[in-house]
Amino acid sequence: MAELTQTQIAEVPRSRSRIKLSTVFDHLILIAGSLLMLMPLVYAFITASYDPVTIHREGLALTFGDELGTNFEKALFEKGGFTKTVDGMVMLKNSFILGIGFAVGKIIISMMAAYAIVYFRLRFATFAFWIIFTTLLLPLEVRILPSYEAIQRLGMANTYSGLIIPLIASATGTFFFRQFFRAVPEELVEAARIDGAGPVKFFIDILVPLSRTMIAAIFIIMFVFGWNQYLWPTLITTDESLFTLVRGIKQIVLTYSDAAIPEHGQALALAIIAMVPPVLIVIFFQSWFVKGLTESDK
Amino acid sequence: MAQVLLEGIHKVYPNGFEAVQTCSFTIQDGEFVVLVGPSGCGKSTLLRMIAGLEDITEGTLKIGERVVNDVDPADRNIAMVFQNYALYPHMTVAKNMGYGLKNRGISKAEIDEKVREAAAMLNLSDYLDRRPSQLSGGQRQRVAMGRAIVRQPDLFLFDEPLSNLDAKLRNQMRIEVRALQRRLGTTAVYVTHDQVEAMTMADRIIVLNGGRIEQIGTPKEIYNTPASTFVASFMGAPPMNVLNATVGSDNHVTLDEGLELPVPAPASSSGPILVGIRPEDLILGEGSTPFDVQIVEELGAQRLLHGTLGGQAFSVSVSKDHEAATGTIPVGINPGAVHFFSCDDGFRI
Repeated sequence: MAELTQTQIAEVPRSRSRIKLSTVFDHLILIAGSLLMLMPLVYAFITASYDPVTIHREGLALTFGDELGTNFEKALFEKGGFTKTVDGMVMLKNSFILGIGFAVGKIIISMMAAYAIVYFRLRFATFAFWIIFTTLLLPLEVRILPSYEAIQRLGMANTYSGLIIPLIASATGTFFFRQFFRAVPEELVEAARIDGAGPVKFFIDILVPLSRTMIAAIFIIMFVFGWNQYLWPTLITTDESLFTLVRGIKQIVLTYSDAAIPEHGQALALAIIAMVPPVLIVIFFQSWFVKGLTESDK
Repeated sequence: MAQVLLEGIHKVYPNGFEAVQTCSFTIQDGEFVVLVGPSGCGKSTLLRMIAGLEDITEGTLKIGERVVNDVDPADRNIAMVFQNYALYPHMTVAKNMGYGLKNRGISKAEIDEKVREAAAMLNLSDYLDRRPSQLSGGQRQRVAMGRAIVRQPDLFLFDEPLSNLDAKLRNQMRIEVRALQRRLGTTAVYVTHDQVEAMTMADRIIVLNGGRIEQIGTPKEIYNTPASTFVASFMGAPPMNVLNATVGSDNHVTLDEGLELPVPAPASSSGPILVGIRPEDLILGEGSTPFDVQIVEELGAQRLLHGTLGGQAFSVSVSKDHEAATGTIPVGINPGAVHFFSCDDGFRI
């Protein structure tokens, strides 16, 4: 954001008073927007430093209490849940498995689908593509009951594969890779043919390395998407050892056992923890992300 | 090394477009053949059929002793250089050159040696670890050539390889490509739309027009005895002057506006005819035919005079020491340098 403002100033060096006004205005909007986005986070973070009783009595706070460390530690390492077998680390691990499995699975499936559609003389390739594309109109929520039924019957409930596989078909991914592959010059394909690269070799040796910025961009989007999945994991995992973070937060809030007050502090701490990996991934892969969506390395 | 035989080769696209009309010719072992013609004349299609990138609708294609109609491009033992180089952008120069060999299961050490050898030949030794994006256009084209050389193919195929280079580099690469081909003695088919490239590089030129072969011959034959008005005007810059004329009963050649040319008409001809004269075959200031000069183009080594002769567009090229100005000047026509073409189909009489 800072960079953006700087270029704006550099672009219009004349009529200073007006620039100042507009710059101030821009900044006001940006700051207001940032606050709007950040305040809930700040609230959550600060409130996570109180014990549950205080939170229950006084609600959200804006000054730090003294339970921050304890709450985070408990959130991560205390066995919780109904069966007392699952702690924050396990859930973190599960979330990573879901996020990465989801993203990698989607990339593999959609790349292969796009490869078939673009490079092979299939009779109904365009038709197939549009069929895939229309599945965008059928998100998981619409077909969740049949999906659940199928996975249940296959005995895949309460397994990682049951958690991941039903979600990995991706029309969006297929669409992006299709557009990307179509832009690969025809001569490259022909040069590879003359060099004796068959379909599989061409895919692995040429197409995959060429698509790496695209893969990175889609990985980020899909990882965050998978990490934040809530409905499907809730439905398909009843075994607490398979709970993801997003699911775990709710679990903490819901534990009204022995008339105890739910561990609000821990839940908030867990919410913060759940937010960190996607944020880190986006920050680290930011440049790849932009590259993948804007320029092509061809 | 191999000779290439095309027999009744014919290409029709599924949409019914006839890209290449039935043609037959032989490319001798070690020969450098250039396919030349305007865009859309079928020259690239012909090359791509030889490469195996395009199906042959009809006819037989032999490379060496083998009929390769249904052989995969990778197994034809050919190498192709593309106009946009078609280098693999994510591989280093060395890997680009060695990729085909790697796919043939040749050992790493051997690939390495061959790549080094080819790189040395092409002055690329210092760039083996670079990516194509870090090279200039000329260097990229060399890498593409290197990729072709390391495979030690029977046949080189070039698809307008110099079109993306600037004029100076193109002249230099033209010589390099030719020298390299001579040195390796590999049969080569080269596609271009540039008649200068065709004239300078070829052992034999095949001129194509509208999917049909107009003429096959050495550069000299093509230039001196063009088989049709198309060849005459396509090969050579500035192009040959082609004038509408009539052969009268007295065997005189008369331009449409009544101007009589001081040349004998070809035997057993009468009626309308096309007369072709190359701009450099005219002598300015001699003879009796009036030439109305309208524009003088200064080319350094020579001057080009554009104007009309008997009311038809006409150009004359003179050397730089010949003064020239606009206005009407007499030109002399050397009867031996005049070509006659049929008015019906444009073919040579």
